Amino acid sequence: MPTVHDWINNPLGVVDGMFAQSHSSPDWEKKVVEYFKEKLKLNDAHAWVPSLNDVPLHYLKPNSLVKFRCMVQDMFDPEFFMGVYEMNDPTSNSKQVKCGKYKDVTECGVDFNSRNTVTSERQTFYCVPIPGESQWVKESYAGTSQARVVPSTSYVPNRHKRSYEEDDEMDTQSQQMKDVSQGAHSSADSHGNMEPKRQETKAPSQDSSPSHCTSSLDLNFPLPGEKGPACLVKVYENWDSFKLNDMLEVFGILSVDPALSVIADEREASSLLDPTEGMETVEEQRVHSPPASLVPRLHMLHAQPLVHNNPLLPSSALENNGDHLGSVLGELASVRAELLTFFTHVLMGDSLAAEYLILHLISNVYSRRDVLPLGKFTLNLSGCPLSSPYTEHLYNVIQQLVPSSFRLCMSLHNMNNHRMVPRKDYTANRLMSGILQLANNTSLFLDETQLEQGQLDTTGVQNITALGNLISWQKVDYDFNYHQMEFPCNINVLIASEGRSLLPSDCQIHLRPTLNPPNLEEYLSAVQVAQVPSLINKYRIYLSMARALNYTISDEITKAVEEDFVEMRKDDPQSMSAEDLHRLLVVARLLSLSHGQNTLSRDGWMKAKQLEVLRISQTQQQKCLNGNEP
Amino acid sequence: MSSPSSQSRKRDPPTPASEDPLSPPSQRSRAHDTSTELQPMPTSPAMDNSLFSSPMAPRSVLQSEIDASSPLMYGTPSSRVEGTPRSGIRGTPARQRPDLGSVRKAPQVDMHSEPPSGDAAAGSEQGTGAAGQRLVIWGTDVNVGTCKEKFQRFLQHFTDPNSKEDENAGLDLNEPLYMQKLDEISVVGEPVLNVNCSHIQTFDADLYRQLICYPQEVIPTFDMAVNELFFDRFPDSVLEHQIQVRPYSAVKTRNMRALNPEDIDQLITISGMVIRTSQLIPEMQEAFFRCQVCAFNTRVEVDRGRIAEPAVCRNCNTTHSLALVHNRSAFSDKQMIKLQESPEDMPAGQTPHTTVVYAHNDLVDKVQPGDRINITGIYRAAPMRLNPRQSQVKSVYKTHIDAIHFRKTDEKRLHGVDEDGDQKLFTKDRVAMLKELAAKPDVYERLSSALAPSIYEHEDIKKGILLQLFGGTRKDFSQTGRGNFRAEINILLCGDPGTSKSQLLQYVFNLVPRGQYTSGKGSSAVGLTAYVMKDPETRQLVLQTGALVLSDNGICCIDEFDKMSDSTRSVLHEVMEQQTLSIAKAGIICQLNARTSVLAAANPVESQWNPKKTTIENIQLPHTLLSRFDLIFLMLDPQDEAYDRRLAHHLVSLYYQSEEQIEEEHLDMAVLKDYIAFARTTVHPRLNEEASQALIEAYVDMRKIGSGRGMVSAYPRQLESLIRLSEAHAKVRFSSKVETIDVEEAKRLHREALKQSATDPRTGFVDISILTTGMSATARKRKEEVAQALKKLIQTKGKTPAMKYQQLFDDLRGQSEAAITKDMFDEALRALADEDYLTVTGKTVRLL
Repeated sequence: MPTVHDWINNPLGVVDGMFAQSHSSPDWEKKVVEYFKEKLKLNDAHAWVPSLNDVPLHYLKPNSLVKFRCMVQDMFDPEFFMGVYEMNDPTSNSKQVKCGKYKDVTECGVDFNSRNTVTSERQTFYCVPIPGESQWVKESYAGTSQARVVPSTSYVPNRHKRSYEEDDEMDTQSQQMKDVSQGAHSSADSHGNMEPKRQETKAPSQDSSPSHCTSSLDLNFPLPGEKGPACLVKVYENWDSFKLNDMLEVFGILSVDPALSVIADEREASSLLDPTEGMETVEEQRVHSPPASLVPRLHMLHAQPLVHNNPLLPSSALENNGDHLGSVLGELASVRAELLTFFTHVLMGDSLAAEYLILHLISNVYSRRDVLPLGKFTLNLSGCPLSSPYTEHLYNVIQQLVPSSFRLCMSLHNMNNHRMVPRKDYTANRLMSGILQLANNTSLFLDETQLEQGQLDTTGVQNITALGNLISWQKVDYDFNYHQMEFPCNINVLIASEGRSLLPSDCQIHLRPTLNPPNLEEYLSAVQVAQVPSLINKYRIYLSMARALNYTISDEITKAVEEDFVEMRKDDPQSMSAEDLHRLLVVARLLSLSHGQNTLSRDGWMKAKQLEVLRISQTQQQKCLNGNEP
Repeated sequence: MSSPSSQSRKRDPPTPASEDPLSPPSQRSRAHDTSTELQPMPTSPAMDNSLFSSPMAPRSVLQSEIDASSPLMYGTPSSRVEGTPRSGIRGTPARQRPDLGSVRKAPQVDMHSEPPSGDAAAGSEQGTGAAGQRLVIWGTDVNVGTCKEKFQRFLQHFTDPNSKEDENAGLDLNEPLYMQKLDEISVVGEPVLNVNCSHIQTFDADLYRQLICYPQEVIPTFDMAVNELFFDRFPDSVLEHQIQVRPYSAVKTRNMRALNPEDIDQLITISGMVIRTSQLIPEMQEAFFRCQVCAFNTRVEVDRGRIAEPAVCRNCNTTHSLALVHNRSAFSDKQMIKLQESPEDMPAGQTPHTTVVYAHNDLVDKVQPGDRINITGIYRAAPMRLNPRQSQVKSVYKTHIDAIHFRKTDEKRLHGVDEDGDQKLFTKDRVAMLKELAAKPDVYERLSSALAPSIYEHEDIKKGILLQLFGGTRKDFSQTGRGNFRAEINILLCGDPGTSKSQLLQYVFNLVPRGQYTSGKGSSAVGLTAYVMKDPETRQLVLQTGALVLSDNGICCIDEFDKMSDSTRSVLHEVMEQQTLSIAKAGIICQLNARTSVLAAANPVESQWNPKKTTIENIQLPHTLLSRFDLIFLMLDPQDEAYDRRLAHHLVSLYYQSEEQIEEEHLDMAVLKDYIAFARTTVHPRLNEEASQALIEAYVDMRKIGSGRGMVSAYPRQLESLIRLSEAHAKVRFSSKVETIDVEEAKRLHREALKQSATDPRTGFVDISILTTGMSATARKRKEEVAQALKKLIQTKGKTPAMKYQQLFDDLRGQSEAAITKDMFDEALRALADEDYLTVTGKTVRLL
């Protein structure tokens, strides 16, 4: 067991100490940041830092170091604060210079006229947990955490048991596996309805903090039904390097000073006294200074941008972990084969569709040429059975494999009522989130089988347009009322539909079941249960790895591809347009990556072509079939 | 102007002196004189100039706690500079300037006890020299006397012969500019003098620095100076209140994002968009208290937003007997305005910042949400106290800007010429870089290849779009009754699906600052033009503008042009030639400017381009609309091996080239943007003699080609197109003259476009009438021939009054050597019917 680290439990003490030593030389700020960076680098030290994601807020000690895995949902205006201030000490009648950095509230007796006061600037980000993060990711992150969190107050949480249970499990080596397998089982058991399960696992945090239930405060999560803490992250340096929707792991000092809530409570009283205060609308106050018990403040010491949120992979860049990579690559072929069989079973025996599903899941917008996003691969899986909750099962399978995902039922009601595009609310001065505000590499599962006939209203049309834009250009135009602002994104969109989807897609494949199990539900759950948890973990690693691999095309292959294209055009110019070549190049790329090759080989190119030919024939066959039917 | 009731009444108090025995009017009024609004800075007093050359450390924003009741506050007569404004102003009331923070009283201090010496003018450096003027405002290096004198000299002598501002329209540019403005004030009676800070900067850099650093002190000094000057010149003029100086265009900050703690209490200019305005807030400037016991009156000024209620009556010594009398207190207007960064200023991937602005007095309600404005004002920060009963303080400041001057950036769009509507300031380096680029002989090719590099080839189309981005020169012929000539170039792209038309449109839309992108399928006529709607809050009718109006001075990209409904398309007729939009709806009748270039893309009706048909037949658009496009390009799949090979190479390289390689090959999109913006704002080419000759020749040639074959191949519209294209090409070269090479390129491009779109598929000749009348001349000729043949046939048949339709058709077919379709036959019949030669009833044809 580790000793209690001062720098975790009392980081402000460290900061103040360094400030006192510095004798007001300006570089102490850098030293502080360096100090914490160094500390965090030490052998897995960051695992000792408790995480806001899995520890309920009231278990955490105020002013201690915590971490938070989050997405930047909104950026507030920069604020000026007292970086250094002087304080009158009434007892000794002396003056003291204090540091105001990393704090929300000053100590008593600030001398406003002191010349030593230094005004500094900081930026506030409104951060939410990564939207659509899968349960297994959460559990796995929580499992790797080494932090011992003991409720610091006299408060007795009514669901004590669970956290102890987790703690105990952590000691065993196989904990991680177990945890994950539990996740897999429980979801397999409770398929058909994810909600009860979610509620169950979420219960501790909800029960224990009654304010969650009573509060009407909208925490502005992008996806409906999300839970977890939102956080105001105060950023002290380089805030320009962060972008909206970035995934971050923030290490910072937790501030839940009740004085912050006082502001909200006594707003009315103070507004009478300070006219400037009264000018801010109530809404704005509510959004920008919500009670700290609901939305804690986090003063950032260090933030690590997350390339992915897969807990099974090291969070740093892949290059640094050559050995890890090597071990995975070794069994890559077998894992791929297993995964293909698994998908084939899930897709009722259609191995071609399974192949395409793998390609889709590892697709990634790796570059943009002016407006054109490269590498996106939106898949339209048509021919999904309508009657049974097949799409739901399919989504469950995907959810088990990717770190974050969301299933959007494109029912008329949803399309007409959901806010998809984030919109700026000028009264409250914040960005109202929408379903399409998602972090990079989130899997968006559009269930078009839920769409019935009827009328789309204005919102519905706008939503469809937004989805279309997302698919074609990988961008979302956020609505700023007076103008729109374009935010590029990188979201894998999978459309499940009965016929051809009304949305554009890069590639359409018609499902052709070869198996016809009498009871689809039983069959699917059996397929899922059959997967060993360790294997599922391998799938997860495989998918995240393959997506992140580098890829090049040699000059030689370039030539060959060009030749091939000219050749194909010669035979039948109609069959091969520029668009087809675009798609073929993407398929070839993804196919190579899925086999762990980071360059295109002649063989890979041929395979990609074959695959495309097969797909087109299968889709066209379906068209003919449909045409013949009355 | 605000209503008189909101003006500070205390200036010329109607109150009899008896009411106010302890503060005689002479003393009181002086206390409110603008000069007493000067206040100390929290920084060290009397900094010398050298301190300012080095970057200042973030300054404290805390105010001095100097006791407001101290005699220092009100100065002593000896500390004032000789000749207060009042002496020359004769009772014109001064008006409080809450925008300068006058609520906070502060002294100007005679730093050294010695009285000001007589040679005040000689003392240029305050606080440093041994002799000379030592009187500076506490905390600054501003000497009131010198500052005033400098400003008066500036007003009297500053001329700006090269002024381009529209405010200065009608003024003699060689005379001192601001003296003319003072004349204007005396005539108009609006006591506001707007002063361009850059003028001050060119005139006296030191004065400018002082203005920027200590606006709160310097602007009242300016006020004094201008009032003295004004009332010297126009002693008899009557103004509502004293003239207020409103500086604008301080070059300090352009961008909201660049504001930092160093800017606090300085004069700044930022641009942005108004997103919200509050209701009018009456702010108490002075409270009026009356003792309930002895009816003694007293006034208390607002100090930092608070009124210190007197606890004891000074007259009768009763405690807590004073009550506030609201309608004798003085209030001023105040309004909160939320300003948001303009979208152009924003780095990608971040959300826009907002700032709070307070407008005072007559600036209230000057701006509306949605306006783009440049605001000049003083940046303020105030600490937030959690609670008066708590000594803890939230360590965050509230910041806002006290507005001194608003300038709408889009205001000028209302009246006429405006190419520089959104002036973008380029640094000298950037301009030099752009000019260097312009000097290159192949700049045209370079730019066109930089346009949408991911789209393969289509060189001429890219060149066309490039010229469209630059646009022609705007000409005004309203004197001669022709109105404005269109300067915008309209382009239509038609062609096979999947030839990256949409991508090209998307690219253009992303490139231009005021671009709009709509799809024909999804837009209605109102969506394109404007609609009237009732504001739910105010019940006012509001005109909401659509894509075409929004893209005024920009480019409106319309995808799927062919899918547009006819009614929607019909609104484009006006826009594309007259460049205006007329609206008559719900009691609002108006004409809006819509000087937008249209870039449209259309798919052929049969989904695949049919080379056997004309453009009109392929896209089924009314020729009235088509003729309004300057260039119509076909984007076809050429189906040729060499092309395929290059295309494949291009596409594959798209997928494997790294970012750096791409950078090397092409011009940056940002450079292209700046280049276009610079050319549009600064270059206005005119035709030179040779060029006009060349244009005339070109036009005559075009007419000749047609007339040789008995048809017209060019119309004045084509000539106008040529002129626009040549002008745009001259702009690409940054040339102020349109020369022959420009005309040559315009001709070439025009011919290329014509060759593609106006080629008669039957004859292979270019025939402009396909676009202008919807039918090629050969087709018309053939129609006539068939009709004649039919007439002859009927005549040979002799005197039969009625014939069978089918029979006649068969006969005609048998007789004619060319194949005659049923359509042609029907047309011929119709032509003859029009001649009243025959009538067709059902299946029989009757002669008349």
